[in-house]
Amino acid sequence: MEQRKIVVVGNGMVGHHFVQTLVESGSGDAITILGEEPRPAYDRVHLSDVFAGRAPEELAMATRGTYQQWGVDAHFGDPVVTIERNAKVVVTELGRRFSYDKLVLATGSYPFVPPVPGSDHKRCLTYRTIDDLGAIKSRSKDSTVGVVVGGGLLGLECANALQNLGLQTHVVEFAPGLMGVQLDDGGSRMLRRKVEALGVQVHTGKNTRHIVPGDEHALRMDFADESSLETDLIVFSAGIRPRDNLARDAELVVGERGGIVIDYKCKTTDTDIFAIGECALFGGRIYGLVAPGYRMAEAVAAQLAGDDVQFQGADMSTKLKLLGVDVGSIGDAHGRTEGSMSFVFSDEREEYYKRLVTSADGKQLLGAVLVGDCTSYDTLLQYHLNGIELPADPQGLIVPASGEQPTLGVAALPATAMVCSCHNVTKGDILCAIDGGCCSAGEVKGVTRASSGCGGCSAMLKNLVDDELLARGVSVDKSICEHFPHTRQELYHLAQVGEVKSFDAMIADHGQGRGCDICKPAVGSIMASLWNEHVLDARHVPLQDTNDTFMANMQKDGTYSVVPRVAGGEITPDKLIVLGEVAKKYDLYTKITGGQRVDLFGARLDQLPDIWRLLVDAGFETGHAYGKALRTVKSCVGSSWCRYGVQDSVAMAIAVEGRYKGLRAPHKFKSAVSGCTRECAEAQSKDFGIIATENGWNLYVCGNGGMKPRHADLFATDLDDQTLIKYIDRFLMFYIRTADRLQRTSVWMDNLEGGIEYLREVVIEDSLGIAAELEAQMAHVVGTYACEWKETLQDPQKLKRFRQFVNSDEADSGVVFVREREQVRPARPDERLRLVAVTK
Amino acid sequence: MTAVEKFEWQQICERQDLVPGSGVCALVEGEQVALFYLPEEERAVYALANRDPIGNANVMSRGIIGDLGGKLVVASPLYKQHFELASGNCVEDESVCLEVYKVRLDGDHVLIGRG
Repeated sequence: MEQRKIVVVGNGMVGHHFVQTLVESGSGDAITILGEEPRPAYDRVHLSDVFAGRAPEELAMATRGTYQQWGVDAHFGDPVVTIERNAKVVVTELGRRFSYDKLVLATGSYPFVPPVPGSDHKRCLTYRTIDDLGAIKSRSKDSTVGVVVGGGLLGLECANALQNLGLQTHVVEFAPGLMGVQLDDGGSRMLRRKVEALGVQVHTGKNTRHIVPGDEHALRMDFADESSLETDLIVFSAGIRPRDNLARDAELVVGERGGIVIDYKCKTTDTDIFAIGECALFGGRIYGLVAPGYRMAEAVAAQLAGDDVQFQGADMSTKLKLLGVDVGSIGDAHGRTEGSMSFVFSDEREEYYKRLVTSADGKQLLGAVLVGDCTSYDTLLQYHLNGIELPADPQGLIVPASGEQPTLGVAALPATAMVCSCHNVTKGDILCAIDGGCCSAGEVKGVTRASSGCGGCSAMLKNLVDDELLARGVSVDKSICEHFPHTRQELYHLAQVGEVKSFDAMIADHGQGRGCDICKPAVGSIMASLWNEHVLDARHVPLQDTNDTFMANMQKDGTYSVVPRVAGGEITPDKLIVLGEVAKKYDLYTKITGGQRVDLFGARLDQLPDIWRLLVDAGFETGHAYGKALRTVKSCVGSSWCRYGVQDSVAMAIAVEGRYKGLRAPHKFKSAVSGCTRECAEAQSKDFGIIATENGWNLYVCGNGGMKPRHADLFATDLDDQTLIKYIDRFLMFYIRTADRLQRTSVWMDNLEGGIEYLREVVIEDSLGIAAELEAQMAHVVGTYACEWKETLQDPQKLKRFRQFVNSDEADSGVVFVREREQVRPARPDERLRLVAVTK
Repeated sequence: MTAVEKFEWQQICERQDLVPGSGVCALVEGEQVALFYLPEEERAVYALANRDPIGNANVMSRGIIGDLGGKLVVASPLYKQHFELASGNCVEDESVCLEVYKVRLDGDHVLIGRG
């Protein structure tokens, strides 16, 4: 029998989910995806994360490779323009024709731009796709003020994005309040108060009459009430409209205000055509959230696989963080149900607002509004979705209790309780996964997909899994991996006490099996911290991650980046010229790092020794950018030049970097030295930071930037040079001894019983009596330092590893570059195809 | 001509080119092959495609060798998925695998089977 042909128009989150569900059902259909955007589906819910530093690629839900592996034919960047229902064919803009047996429309929605004169100005944008983000970002560069039109959920998300771009942000809303759909008046007022406190100016009840060129800024918005507002850019986020034009042209029935009409099977008025997600109109309603779209996708996939699954509407409860403010809305938030009762609690000092809507008898939870504090959201949602009878005094669920809070423990939930509404995962499904052998929230997530959608239920999932494991008498296993029943800290002590000097001895005495990519580098790092032997000594070679093996940082295409040490960020013009010459000779992409040094990218494995020979000859040393080791000690220019500096911060930074360079630790660590209290070197964001005072140095510890930034804590004040170094020696060695694998100093301290007080006792007062030992161990590491690259270049045996092929001098043909902004970068897959085709 | 299965062993490099407990890469008729040398195991050499199908770069020979549940694996240095040395199967993702080459040691010669 010939394969049934399923064509899916649209590759957004819902379109992707449909394809994934259908593929997983094993229906064996020939599936074709036709997407308008140039890239496969991505997570639109978290779009604003891109402005907070997340890479756009991280939003991807699928790659072209994913679809290839599934055997799905996928085309992007070529939208469908016509449906020929009689011939059962769709036609794309490029004129390609695809015939179907069943057609699924998942065309989504577009942002509604009110028909205001002037709204077609090039500084008027929308917020919906990754390309929109790019447009907003580039427009923001010459802007200081930004306006979002629309005070709904998406509008506030977008305001967050503008704030992250550093714009003075305004929200203009037609309705009298923010988020009128999800919040009642009280909640809306509290949200406004909090949002304004965050620096976003809110203008409600504003009807924009027209947009004209401004005097001080590029644009001026004139409102119906005669007021006006000047801005440099405007983003419209005033709701969505279903993209139903394809269906309209094909004479399928659409709603009066748009939306492709579907029945409970998600079928349109043509029985071979389905519509799902935001383009579909079910029961007179467009469902503008991702979870209901997923339910529709699953209903259609199940029907195609032969099951009779219906879509029966979906819960529109939602919890999110808008501009850092927690907002939750459940069910009938406005209390519109006849006879319903409300319980309201508002605290203007702590700035939160909570409302419960219950049935007339007070036993069922119909709805809720939470602003400023969503801790009870999960509990309330469970009451609502599962019809659990409320306690006799339901207000106890929202009023801060002086004693015990009547929360609904995860254990009390029925098996039918919905935990992840994005992927329809119930408590029962999770228990099933644990029955099936899952022993952590991560494993359960992998099996059930729970919390892989919006992520809102991740805390609850972890709670539920931990609780269940505990109840089953499973102790939470802290072993580093299957080969060692020990933590990193225990391994460190075993190695030190037993003077173990190789991985083989370690695993023979204390472990089992042959090791893996978790325990080998961990033990390698411990060996280096304790005995400081060359990382490429034969017995240590198999333990190292590729970065340590080749003493460079592997990039996505298999080439490496090279970072020589530039202690304290101080560099002579001659050395800078050498870096330039080397980069030029090997055509390396060159970029200044955040740690005041220079990163050279795009070196092939076989080029590394030649590059380093030139660098070492010019007096450079390895920068350990590849290692779990000291990276940089950043400095400001200090008292030698600066009018305000009180100590020579550069000299101190160079001394500190010289002392701890090459020191291996459980994680990378960084430092900085500022010459005065103005703190230009940002020392308080480092694992240890030093700030000059009139009388010496203040030492800060356990800060970091990165994913979870943490300010360092002030550890000791007004230290002289010698005491400063003594304390740092002890602090670092104590960290190396006691931290977990890949645990940064900040997390280490947060988990240290007694916290910074305890750390002071150990380091300053020597309460454990180990200070001398810690110092001696540091002295050993400092005394045995040698530049790993210099040693490697002198050892032909070690250099042998830097061959691309053991039997050929050819270069890796898989490395293909293109030029961008006058430098190289790895070719993207499509560019690579083109380039390789041309050379062939 | 009768259809006899043609199979020949081709010498690629020497034992001393291999790195104990780790991998190197060889070029075999234009294809990149990762060679892993485990002198203490019953079977001492394994050969797999060098291209990481998930990261799409030629890097498998630079991964760390280990065992998971008793099976020998190499971890991709890019995104850390594990591939079984014997079968080339990816532990984390059933839909991808590495091509496996026949390989053996003949004295100090490393031979790859072509057929």
